[in-house]
Amino acid sequence: MSGGSYYVPPTSKWPVLGSLALGLMLIGFGMILVHGMNGIMMAVGFVALLTVMGLWFRDVIKESRGGLYDDQMDRSFRQGMAWFIFSEVMFFAAFFGALFYVRTFALPWLDGEGAKGVAALLWPEFTASWPLMEPPGDVAGPREVLSPWQLPLVNTLILVGSSITLTVAHEGLKEGMRETTRNWLLVTVLLGLSFIIIQGVEYYEAYHHYGITLETGIYGSTFFLLTGFHGAHVIIGATILAVMLLRILRGHFAAENHFGFEAACWYWHFVDVVWVGLFLFVYVF
Amino acid sequence: MAPKLPLHHPVEQSSTASAGGQAAHSAPPRGLMRWLLTTNHKEIGSLYLIFSLTMFFIGGVFALVVRAELFQPGLQLVEPEFFNQMTTMHGLIMVFGAIMPSFVGLANWMIPLQIGAPDMALPRLNNFSFWLLPVAFTLLLSTLLMPGGGPNFGWTFYAPLSTTYAPPSTTFFILSLHIAGISSILGAINIIATVLNLRAPGMRMMDMPLFCWTWLITAFLLIAVMPVLAGAVTMMLMDINFGTSFFNAAGGGDPVLFQHLFWFFGHPEVYIMILPAFGIVSAIIPTFSRKRLFGYASMVYATGAIAILSFMVWAHHMFTVGLPLTAELFFMYTTMLIAVPTGVKVFNWVATMFRGSISFEPPMLFALAFVVQFTIGGFSGLMLAISPADFQYHDTYFVVAHFHYVLVPGALFAILAAAYYWLPKWTGHYPNLKLAHWHFWLSVIGVNLTFFPMHFSGLAGMPRRIPDYALQFADFNLASSLGAFLFGASQLLFVWLIIKCVRGGEKAPAKAWEGAEDLEWSVPSPAPLHTFEHPPTFRRDENSA
Ligand code: HEM
Ligand SMILES: [Cu+2]
Repeated sequence: MSGGSYYVPPTSKWPVLGSLALGLMLIGFGMILVHGMNGIMMAVGFVALLTVMGLWFRDVIKESRGGLYDDQMDRSFRQGMAWFIFSEVMFFAAFFGALFYVRTFALPWLDGEGAKGVAALLWPEFTASWPLMEPPGDVAGPREVLSPWQLPLVNTLILVGSSITLTVAHEGLKEGMRETTRNWLLVTVLLGLSFIIIQGVEYYEAYHHYGITLETGIYGSTFFLLTGFHGAHVIIGATILAVMLLRILRGHFAAENHFGFEAACWYWHFVDVVWVGLFLFVYVF
Repeated sequence: MAPKLPLHHPVEQSSTASAGGQAAHSAPPRGLMRWLLTTNHKEIGSLYLIFSLTMFFIGGVFALVVRAELFQPGLQLVEPEFFNQMTTMHGLIMVFGAIMPSFVGLANWMIPLQIGAPDMALPRLNNFSFWLLPVAFTLLLSTLLMPGGGPNFGWTFYAPLSTTYAPPSTTFFILSLHIAGISSILGAINIIATVLNLRAPGMRMMDMPLFCWTWLITAFLLIAVMPVLAGAVTMMLMDINFGTSFFNAAGGGDPVLFQHLFWFFGHPEVYIMILPAFGIVSAIIPTFSRKRLFGYASMVYATGAIAILSFMVWAHHMFTVGLPLTAELFFMYTTMLIAVPTGVKVFNWVATMFRGSISFEPPMLFALAFVVQFTIGGFSGLMLAISPADFQYHDTYFVVAHFHYVLVPGALFAILAAAYYWLPKWTGHYPNLKLAHWHFWLSVIGVNLTFFPMHFSGLAGMPRRIPDYALQFADFNLASSLGAFLFGASQLLFVWLIIKCVRGGEKAPAKAWEGAEDLEWSVPSPAPLHTFEHPPTFRRDENSA
């Protein structure tokens, strides 16, 4: 390369294909929702998106292993990942904000509290409570709520534990002990998987035994919104970690230079922290 | 005190002739493929600018449909249902499709040039951010053709209008907003990484041109609030399709919750649309006053203060929904507080011109018009910020006048000023002076004829978002409609001028404007495809620190 020190990649087809794939997937999703179409379009878009991402990352990995990146490039990646995680934090903040708003303002006001007494005129019989078992209007509430001290507690231990095992794996990588890294990373991925399975069991229970569904008023709505989007992030995070495991097995990552691995760790810790917030405010309090 | 001439930022080694540095890469693709696959910040910048200009005209046509219907009282041209779709689509397209992408386009073109970087920090991601936009807006526009029509609930899409009573196409509207949001977030990440990480050796943060500063802070705002918008529309999607109750009081939710979420995004969003404009004006005014910017550091701090305050004022859009008294007061005072840093900026621009040797080239004309007219919008904002008064003004044409003053002769004029300022750098030619003057004066007259009467019709009580109105508002509306068509038509001049400027015209030297001192003026005009492949060494003049 005759160019300067900062690596500027040549033209690439992945970005534009990626945007088409994302568009196809989301339009396919809309077609299911609005026109009751089958999921083929969405599935094709999804697979295309995954493929494009895979190929795009393959290019990045090749360039990185080809020695094209320097410290400055590394900082760009770090900043990119950090700000991406910040955007995810704000995404969850919107959901937590909705939860707090409903619990501290909307429901008490509907019950007649505060200067806005008018809201209480809508349903004079309504009494505010959380979890909201009896919504004010003609919406049926849940029958029973989940105890935080059963499956949710188990899941908390699993996820917090997995953050620890991941740190052990990372330390191992830094010390050049690749066996350690491989083993503990495998444990982390397995913990992630068990979290997802337990969450699935809990959803099944919620729907079939507790009568908590998306349609059971604001309790069910916030419950599934928060746990659902968190669960989706666990799936993404576990997938990323699984890819990292494959790369470790293939001999990727040096002891002093392994930002791909670190970024995966950051993401996993973020998912973990969100869960702690969830456990506290969705389940316990 | 004699006018102080701007100081030089000597560049040890300018990038200039090294356009061939890319020869090591295989030959770049030609034709359409070149634009689809590019990773070059200048090409992507041009794509953004062309895209936003297209959207500007599409959104403009929608506005003209609205103004044609409002030309006279009574229903003449369109059905009220269609009228609502036009107002909604006009707002959405202008905000998300025209103003925001054009600022991103300017950032793409100019930030690397202003900080001496070879490109954006993450060039492929940059291309991805752009190509998401055509997908998003094709989808958004296609909702107009779907059964039941497109979005008809206003650009603020309040629930339950946008949930329980919305047309079926709303789900697609939500998805298109998701795509546009991803584009904004990724674009903002790229800008932050570029500004923080790719500055030429020797350039401190406080040496950066203000455009880079304001964009850095804008990018932070984008990353902080676009996800909140994404969260809000996701809840809408769930309410519409999955029977949840987020915005449905019968299930224990609250439609007002939607407004809180929307405006937590929405108010920072209006600053997203104005902070880069502040940066542009802070570049142009010193250049044509042949003085250094007055109060550089205070400009930076004021921008930061505005950004922080913008997270604490959102409920000034909701004074009439029935907030508790404490909230009314809190949001009234914080909103008024924002006028302080904004005032600092206006003061600094005026002080920069004070005793400068000013010349009135087209960029300067637009920048001056910006200062005056943006300030008018700021003042009407202050009036609206007075909560008890807002009970009268809210949802009238007074609000429409306010935000059009800050957005059209504000944000849009700054974009036009930027185009005139940097066209010589982009094309190598000066824009045609005569055409530019025509464009400027017709725009100024058109804008004021359109929006100034709205203050009066609004104060007299004319509600916004209606296809018909009482007879007493007829004269004001006639003036507004005439002004709107004049303004719309004069923008065609701008397109013609750009085409002419790309094709030819008076040749511009590297330093196209006598008083321009930032780094972008050290590379030739037109800027070669690749600049600063070897980072220049930035040396600040010690006296300037
Ligand atoms: C001095 C600074 C400003 C103050 C005090 C201010 C205050 C306000 C207030 C109180 C409202 C709500 C009025 C109502 O709905 O009754 C409002 C609306 C609005 N403002 Fe501002 N504003 C300021 C600057 C800006 C800027 C810089 C922009 C954009 C570049 C902007 C864009 C808007 C928009 C788009 C709306 C209307 C949104 C809608 O309801 O559709 N404002 N402003
Ligand atoms: Cu506001």
